[in-house]
Amino acid sequence: MPVSRTIEAPAETETPEGVEEHQHDPPWVVLVWNDPINLMSYVALIFRRLFGYSEAKANQLMLQVHEEGKAVVASGSREKCEFDVARLHAHGLWATLRQD
Amino acid sequence: MARRRIARRRGGGYRLRLTPPERELLAALPGQLIELLGTDDPSLRRLAPPAYGEDQRASADYAEMVHGDLLEGRREALSTLARTAAAETLTEDELGSWLTATNDLRLVLGTRLGVTEDTQGLMPSHDDPQASEWIAYNYLSWLQEEVVAALSDAL
Repeated sequence: MPVSRTIEAPAETETPEGVEEHQHDPPWVVLVWNDPINLMSYVALIFRRLFGYSEAKANQLMLQVHEEGKAVVASGSREKCEFDVARLHAHGLWATLRQD
Repeated sequence: MARRRIARRRGGGYRLRLTPPERELLAALPGQLIELLGTDDPSLRRLAPPAYGEDQRASADYAEMVHGDLLEGRREALSTLARTAAAETLTEDELGSWLTATNDLRLVLGTRLGVTEDTQGLMPSHDDPQASEWIAYNYLSWLQEEVVAALSDAL
């Protein structure tokens, strides 16, 4: 799987909140965990660049990571989530995936 | 508001307003990290977190699949930072490399320095044996905010 650090993904239409609302969604989620080194503004920018989220959406997820310790930032098939985790790792974010 | 040190240009790309000592630091630091990449140095651990958390087997499978590509991407971005440290202007892609390369440097320096939420922005004392690493870390943190602000303007 080629991982690019510069090419951005197309805008994502599915929101993390949709995971609870639509039970037919594939059952994997991508989590980002709080860490003391990554800057808040950097984390929000990466969410915008990788997932095409609006500034408001990206800031809300970044604040959730900061205040609650983690946040679900994407969901989908296992393969898609592994790809998203790899892109987040390429940008130095502490990301994991798991079956929800 | 202070004048932007990295400013988006009307015709595309970005103008860098950095001093010679800053540029010297940015030319020198990437090579040190490139030498370290691929070793088992503990300060690199934040660059490759286990993808499946506690599930060590799945994390190892994932690592085997993607770590080579991640390493290659890191080397490329760090090389771009060193190569363009003296440039007057950067392309969008080059500034994207600055974004990730400065973050990789911060992650490794911050891990080495044992940075916590409480030590952000801490100034080292003169007799601190890690004073130069603290100065580099704090400088890169400041620079990264400038890079983030410039790239956010383009979104």
